[in-house]
Amino acid sequence: MRKPVEQIEEATILFAGDSGDGSQTIGTQMTETTALIGNDVATLPDYPAEIRAPAGSIAGVSGFQLHFSSEQIHTPGDLCDVLVAMNPAALKVHLNKLKPNGILIVNTDNFARRNLRLAGYEEDPLEDDKLTKYQVFRVELTQLTRKALEATQLSVPEIDRCKNFFALGMILWLYNRPMEYTMKWIKAKFAKRPQYIESNILALRAGNTYCEATEQFAVSYDVKPADFEPGTYRNIEGNMATVLGLVAASYQSGLPLVYGSYPITPASDILHGLAQYRNFGVVTMQMEDEIAAVGVAIGAAFSGALGVTGSSGPGLALKAEAINLAMIAELPLVVCNIQRAGPSTGMPTKTEQSDLLQMFYGRNGESPLPIIAPSRPFDCFETVYEACRIAVKYRTPVIFLSDLYIAMGAEPWKIPQLSELPEIRPDFAGSADTRNGFEPYLRDPETLARPWAKPGTAGLEHRIGGLEKSDVTGHVSYDAENHQRMVEIRAEKVARIADALPPTEVFGAPEGDILLLGWGGTYGAIRTTAENCVADGLPIAHVHLRHLNPFPKDLGDILQRFKKILIPEQNSGQLLQLIRSTYLIDAIGFNKVQGQPFHVFELASKIDEILEEIGRA
Amino acid sequence: MRRKRSSRIPAGAPTLSKKDFESDQDVRWCPGCGDYSILAQTQRIMPELGIPKENIVFISGIGCSSRFPYYMNTYGFHTIHGRAPTIASGVKMANPDLSVWVITGDGDALSIGGNHFIHLMRRNFDVNVLLFNNRIYGLTKGQYSPTSEQGKQTKSTPLGSVDTPFNPISLALASGATFVARSLDRDPNHLRAIIKSAFEHKGTSFIEIYQNCNVFNDGAFFQYTEKDTKADNTVILEHNEPLVFGAERDKGIRLNGFQPEVVKTANGEYSTEDLIVHDQYAEDTTLANFLARMSDTLDLPDPIGIFRSIRHPCYEDLMTSQIRTAKERMGEGNLEALLNDGETWTVS
Ligand SMILES: Cc1ncc(C[n+]2csc(CCOP(=O)(O)OP(=O)(O)O)c2C)c(N)n1
Ligand code: SF4
Ligand SMILES: [Mg+2]
Repeated sequence: MRKPVEQIEEATILFAGDSGDGSQTIGTQMTETTALIGNDVATLPDYPAEIRAPAGSIAGVSGFQLHFSSEQIHTPGDLCDVLVAMNPAALKVHLNKLKPNGILIVNTDNFARRNLRLAGYEEDPLEDDKLTKYQVFRVELTQLTRKALEATQLSVPEIDRCKNFFALGMILWLYNRPMEYTMKWIKAKFAKRPQYIESNILALRAGNTYCEATEQFAVSYDVKPADFEPGTYRNIEGNMATVLGLVAASYQSGLPLVYGSYPITPASDILHGLAQYRNFGVVTMQMEDEIAAVGVAIGAAFSGALGVTGSSGPGLALKAEAINLAMIAELPLVVCNIQRAGPSTGMPTKTEQSDLLQMFYGRNGESPLPIIAPSRPFDCFETVYEACRIAVKYRTPVIFLSDLYIAMGAEPWKIPQLSELPEIRPDFAGSADTRNGFEPYLRDPETLARPWAKPGTAGLEHRIGGLEKSDVTGHVSYDAENHQRMVEIRAEKVARIADALPPTEVFGAPEGDILLLGWGGTYGAIRTTAENCVADGLPIAHVHLRHLNPFPKDLGDILQRFKKILIPEQNSGQLLQLIRSTYLIDAIGFNKVQGQPFHVFELASKIDEILEEIGRA
Repeated sequence: MRRKRSSRIPAGAPTLSKKDFESDQDVRWCPGCGDYSILAQTQRIMPELGIPKENIVFISGIGCSSRFPYYMNTYGFHTIHGRAPTIASGVKMANPDLSVWVITGDGDALSIGGNHFIHLMRRNFDVNVLLFNNRIYGLTKGQYSPTSEQGKQTKSTPLGSVDTPFNPISLALASGATFVARSLDRDPNHLRAIIKSAFEHKGTSFIEIYQNCNVFNDGAFFQYTEKDTKADNTVILEHNEPLVFGAERDKGIRLNGFQPEVVKTANGEYSTEDLIVHDQYAEDTTLANFLARMSDTLDLPDPIGIFRSIRHPCYEDLMTSQIRTAKERMGEGNLEALLNDGETWTVS
């Protein structure tokens, strides 16, 4: 007899184990399947910086959290309904994320003395009374996998490596998801090593039938598809969306893409991604350091290509002088900064938003640059495309300021039609049409952009560089008044970008008590909080800034309409400083600098606190 | 055979002259600076290269020498200290048809830009690098540089520098450079010939040019450049020719075991047959390395000319061929297909 299926609205699952246990793989597979059957889904991979931390240690725990729903969701979830703990260390690190009465699946085969000691447990936690508040499923996952794969020719270590798929098979059963997508993936992944196709599929099936057969699992759950706008969808990670956005900008503009980079977490996947698209004419250059990486991008831009460089905070520090050169040379350039937790090497695999002021001010002299930030994984596509558009239109470097949380997170993405993509027009200078010959700093009166003249064009030979140049002619100039004029023009050019921006979207109350003002990867947590407040009828709104420099022109007015401006950030208050100094308002910061995203409950309690202060509650 | 990508001036087009390569900017080096001569020889040789000036790009770092692009009526980019090789690499990669020239100084190329310099050499883009070696920091007014001799007294080293200098030729060779040469600001004919050979070489061409900074390091190379001392202190490298030098051309360099020595060829004891014969096309770098180092420690003349000139594939050609192959194999990129790649689902 089939076991009963319970309808639920949403669920959050956390797979956790040793780095080598394959939690990331099965987390990604669960995400793919869940997206393909129509749920909305958001993910949070959380893995250690060490490639192989000592097996079984706390430092080696790698986790993957995913949240899926029959409604639209924006975060990977605060607390989990299910925790799969492959070893004691995973249990120790993540147990506090499991909801009371949540499902805890543990691989008891890994709870021997030695493993307990590695995780710092004196006593066996499975014997602990504390676990009684959860539904604990003790599974001999290693033994069961070995048994299921008995007939294969594989060695024991090879068999043990398949046990993550046993766990995935269980979860697919528990949430009534088909195994076919995972099987298809396994077949493609191991096409060159067919022995692993059979074994992983066997493990997957065994996990599935185990749940069906054992009395331990009495019910399974079902989450109906979410309501999505009509369209074609795929699941996408932030960095992959960035890759596609860059390829799209190159394709639509007709400018060949030259991407210079030096490997660094969490930006390397952009380099890896772009390197696959040579058939789009994409050139990727892995250089000797970040300075060389931005150098080739600037050189490519000077030659008339779409020059792009990408890195994370430490690399951006190295690139600063060269970015400043591109700023004064007024060349199109896109600089991707995928932020991670600093300062210095900091916590390379953890998220943070602490490079905002570095991007604003981290160059010598007066060096204004447009800065734009994506808000969620799929938004990286549109935002980086917009960065390319601004760079080309205004002949300026543009900072695309992403962060690890959205770069590594995944969610469903409605694939855009090509006709929806804004036009990017290189408009190269054609011939010297002024009476004085070619004048490289003669500007477009509206945008203040200077001509882009590429070498190879007869009659436009000219020299540029980092020395101050005279307005219009571009000749080297030490003239006092000219310098001030040029400083002002460069600032004005960036400020004018705001002239052509669409009105700012205000979610929630058009005016009222609290405006939640955010940027970047905090979108999901803030929007979910705002939705809950709006549902409760509170006069609260959310504005999420894509354009951080220049700010949208209507922002000042919007800020005036709320009693309190609350700015949640994963830094010590960087947007806060900018907003306070730009608009002279007493905005409030809410800051979390822990390498972990905000939880919705954290924001909700901060809002309660403010409402209480202003006498609402 | 030489196959340059830089597109040629079409037959019948008016020929260019030195004047065509002079920009309208006043040249601002100190009177008497060796940079003037290098500029003049470059401007003089350009018309002979047969490429339209719009296809020529000069890229420099920072230093007195790096002002050079402002004076050339071609495309030019005066960049930042030490980074010209990176920008030149991007320019060449994005448009392999351009003739790209890097102008750099001993500080620019070997101190702050040392890392980029060695990587440029090994990647073998088809670009030409002219290093103006004056063994001093000119623009910052006279500190010692990585090519200054040990013990050099300057403003920053009143008691003498303590670091051992670089030998730029050795460094280029060790980095895998495919064309390595040395010339002199005060030998216009030789300099022009070497610049032309560098241009004709397909791959990264490196020329170290001894350049006099008459303000902060006057006479640093006079033993190699002045009439009365030049012949005895330099040996001109010519392919397939024995290493003969001296005012009377009566001295040569011979190997005594592994040890080079100067011998007289006039008194009958030795003939030119006994001398080392230069082979600039040798794939093996032993001879080039030895020539680069021979005047360092021993009382031997300093070699001038082409140390090494060999053909290796260029970075931009390999990259372009990857693109071509990828297009053949996967078809020209189609954005719509790319965005819809992988597992998708449709909501209606
Ligand atoms: C990042 C940076 N550091 C220092 C300087 C100052 N600086 C300008 S030129 C130079 C040395 C130039 O020496 P070299 O490359 O030998 O050129 P030369 O002036 O001798 O031709 C220095 C240290 C600078 N412009 N930028
Ligand atoms: S300081 Fe020396 S190198 Fe610089 S311009 Fe004057 S003479 Fe030439
Ligand atoms: Mg110098």
